[in-house]
Amino acid sequence: MKKGENAVTIQTAACHRDIVTVENVSFSYEQQQVINGLNFSIKERDFVGLIGSNGAGKTTLLRMIVGLLKPEQGKISLFGEPVSRFKNWERIGYVPQKNSFNPLFPATVREVVLSGLYGRSKLFSRITKAEAAKAEDAMHAMSIEDLAGKRIGQLSGGQQQRVFLAKALINNPALLILDEPTVGIDAETQEGFFHMIRHMHQHHNITFLMVSHDMDWIRSYLGQEPVQMNGKLKFYVKHSHELEDCVENDLTHSLKDLRKSMDRRASFVV
Amino acid sequence: MEIITTEFFQRALIGGLLIGITAPLMGLFLVLRRLSMIGDTLAHVSIAGVALGFLINVFPIGVGLLFALAASFAIEKLRKAYKTYAELSIAIIMSGGVALASLLFTMGRGFNVNVSSYLFGSIYTLGNEDLLVIAIVTIIVLVAVKIHFKELFLLTFDEDAAAVNGLPVKYFNIMISILTALVISASIKIVGALLVSALLTIPAACSLIIARSFRQTIITVIVIAELAVIAGLVMAGVWNLAPGGTIVMLLICMLILLLLVKRGFKI
Repeated sequence: MKKGENAVTIQTAACHRDIVTVENVSFSYEQQQVINGLNFSIKERDFVGLIGSNGAGKTTLLRMIVGLLKPEQGKISLFGEPVSRFKNWERIGYVPQKNSFNPLFPATVREVVLSGLYGRSKLFSRITKAEAAKAEDAMHAMSIEDLAGKRIGQLSGGQQQRVFLAKALINNPALLILDEPTVGIDAETQEGFFHMIRHMHQHHNITFLMVSHDMDWIRSYLGQEPVQMNGKLKFYVKHSHELEDCVENDLTHSLKDLRKSMDRRASFVV
Repeated sequence: MEIITTEFFQRALIGGLLIGITAPLMGLFLVLRRLSMIGDTLAHVSIAGVALGFLINVFPIGVGLLFALAASFAIEKLRKAYKTYAELSIAIIMSGGVALASLLFTMGRGFNVNVSSYLFGSIYTLGNEDLLVIAIVTIIVLVAVKIHFKELFLLTFDEDAAAVNGLPVKYFNIMISILTALVISASIKIVGALLVSALLTIPAACSLIIARSFRQTIITVIVIAELAVIAGLVMAGVWNLAPGGTIVMLLICMLILLLLVKRGFKI
């Protein structure tokens, strides 16, 4: 789908909620200021692409947003609540950098995908059959159901990336955070991956925050110029009102359709 | 063969079988989190505790446990201070433990403490009290792992992901430290402080070769450890060998065998 094709009537009714707000946030490593007085917000169904050279603070910012790092100054809110008091982590899908896991780890694809469900609310309860079925749906949506019983380390980089995406999608998240999802993946697989991401952005109720090195794709989808800069960080944004609709979409239902609708686009086959 | 029917041998077998469940289980979590050396370190430190126990005449294994707990917290703290050199903290605390143990044992020379029974184990001298401690530790470990199996899996697989899912990572790290300290101080009398680490890590090393899923891995570590414990105790009893050493050598033999078999299949 080319840009502009979907510029029908613009109705932003349900798309004005704040998903992430960053207010006056600063962070430094050993006196080296990386992020300085950053202000920005992500609205529902926005797609934010974050670009910057090594050490620009991309991952630092992501880690602050998901609560793994505390900002030295300023305030970050998720869905209108300060990160430190935020409890609904099921609403956030996080795909960390690929090198953060050990390829020798003895776990199957199914076990990894299912672990996306293991949050605070499930601390003392068992995983029910209905919940386990979500893992099958998520794997199906990512076309990795045939790999379910394989050990994660035996998969190719592109396949592993889709396992992590399935793990992040299993909770039907409203916000998907991706940290350099295509590093170490060949060009063809990368293209399929971006295709899938774009499809999910346009047809599902998901807000995206993605760190990437892929300038070409970011520019082609999010626009030529960054809407904001902070130090060496550049923010590229496709706002939700540029999309054709803003309806609530139930991803649990549409996880099943996701694969179908993508299969129709022949380019997404690995 | 009549040694197998003796009471001290049966007590040894029960103790060995129980430790054969818990040690490789906790060891697996340590190995997967790249903390294999922690077992060794805690064991060396708890030896210092055992020595102190003899010196002040308090239940030695209990004091050893307190020392192991303190050491595991110290490691966790140091691990944060030297983030990228986590093993540095382990080396420091391990040598500190040995130094302290040697000091305390020398001070307590008059008490005629049998040092080597704690360094190399003395499974045949297990008393009812020891067995009770081992049984309680086994129950605690099994219940904790059963209740939090999912969380321990995610924490071991990706600590950041666990935190982003909203899991209380700190609480689970403390839990793993405490369980490990418990298991180690309970195993010292069985395989000895110098060999505890083998029972924690070698079964995990074996299962990494053969198991595909995490569930399989857990079953495999326990089966391998139990095989080694049973066969090792019987062989040691019949041929009058050192039990701890025999168990560990059997584990290493199994590891080599598995590596060879795997190679054979690959070619």
